[in-house]
Amino acid sequence: MEAKDKIIERILLLIAFSSISILGLIALFIFGEGLPLIWKVGPRAFILGERWVPSQGSFGILPMIVGSFWVTFGAILLGVPLGLACAIFLSEWTPPLIAMVLRPTIQLLAAIPSVIYGFWGLIILVPLVRNYLGGPGLSILSGSVILGFMILPTIISISEDSLRALPPYYKSGALALGATHWQAIWRVMVPAARSGIVASIILGMGRAIGETMAMIMILGNAVKMPTSFLDSARTLTTNIGIEMGYASGDHRQALFATGVILFLIIMILNSSAIALSRRRRS
Amino acid sequence: MQELNTKIEARGLNFYYGSVQALKNINIHIKERQITALIGPSGCGKSTFLRALNRTNELIPHTRTEGSVMLDGEEIYRPGLDVVGLRQRVGMVFQRPNPFPKSIYENVAFGPKVLGIYSRREIEEKVEKSLKAAALWSEVADRLHTSALNLTLGQQQRLCIARVLAVEPEVILMDEPCSALDPIATLKIEELMQELKKRYTIVIVTHNMQQAARTSDWAGFFLLGELLEYGPTADLFTRPKDKRTENYVTGRYG
Repeated sequence: MEAKDKIIERILLLIAFSSISILGLIALFIFGEGLPLIWKVGPRAFILGERWVPSQGSFGILPMIVGSFWVTFGAILLGVPLGLACAIFLSEWTPPLIAMVLRPTIQLLAAIPSVIYGFWGLIILVPLVRNYLGGPGLSILSGSVILGFMILPTIISISEDSLRALPPYYKSGALALGATHWQAIWRVMVPAARSGIVASIILGMGRAIGETMAMIMILGNAVKMPTSFLDSARTLTTNIGIEMGYASGDHRQALFATGVILFLIIMILNSSAIALSRRRRS
Repeated sequence: MQELNTKIEARGLNFYYGSVQALKNINIHIKERQITALIGPSGCGKSTFLRALNRTNELIPHTRTEGSVMLDGEEIYRPGLDVVGLRQRVGMVFQRPNPFPKSIYENVAFGPKVLGIYSRREIEEKVEKSLKAAALWSEVADRLHTSALNLTLGQQQRLCIARVLAVEPEVILMDEPCSALDPIATLKIEELMQELKKRYTIVIVTHNMQQAARTSDWAGFFLLGELLEYGPTADLFTRPKDKRTENYVTGRYG
């Protein structure tokens, strides 16, 4: 028995390590392909350069970085209040029967393929923006709205979990002091669950920054510095998604280098989310 | 001895957790500015009764209350009663110290803030006054803005008392306030109760016979959801009318 246990343990360890090593290989490959170009162009010129004309050898990705941050910021602006409101409603007010329907429905939002979000946005949202607000319609605004919905499941489920994980005496203590239910939620429970809520927002940002397919379809993909929410834009991910099919040489390497920057941004976001949820537990 | 006013009166109070009856026909007069101790074995209904007095029982799902509780002659179970206002008049200190994960100052300021007081000076005055009344001021005055969770358990419990005082209640309910505390912290709370008695009506649930005998003016003995005996503490402990009360207070039961 003892020996059999040992073998199973070894096998599981091997499997666990192989999945981690795939992450390592991906990182190695992206950095290996991308870093040489960043050195060749110069990190400063690459990150802060505003011209992206691969045929002329100019590789500046600042417009894409800015584009990524704009759509992410817009998505957060829409997704966080909506998601937090849903989480509070689900954890505090929803009768169990309704919650049994609502929770899986919200999870279903995460299961919809992003190309469907993109398709819906393109057919419904883009014309609305174009007709009522002006501009090309294929814009940061449209992208932000779609992304705002796409990050809802992440924000709702993690925020709701952190609200539910609070000791019940925070709420009863507040109510016993003559607070209304809403005052107990807003002044005691939400601040107490803050680190979990912030972690959910950061994970939502990670999802928003990484989203590609829907953004290719909605953003319009123009390579220029966006100046308003109605402008068309290109993000780091869509830059890779659009051009990888035909790129070669330096151009191909520049797309990997774009991936390096994306990788770093997401690493920073995820590790701050992890650090925050650790702080919550201690 | 001067005539004592009745602060709280329960009449025919029944309470159910689902189909289990936890309180059976409770009738009691709780006197103003006195300390009333509720004693009895675990599960006898004394904490349930305490929570019936500020209507926090009803936060527990699938429960039902019958009968009447009057505060200053006013029915607190009347439909349409302002429950939030009731809980401001009848404050509660819990078994485990339960400060919010905020600063000491913010914990005490919570009550005044939810009451709608926005003047910073007024809140500061209330915080200082309440912490002084809870005999905690001298220990925390220099670190009001540090987390309340860094205080000792005894200090946390006095902070919870200060938090209740800041709402300026008339009645303070205490649900085994010292069960998580060491003897010295317990003594401090007991001294504090004698001080608070001058201004507030106090109802305390306790498992500690000596504590009930030491601190209270009135005592009620609960058993299996019934109030078996109620009277001046000295009588209940030295001349109990019911054999079961005698067994319990002398430590032969429960």
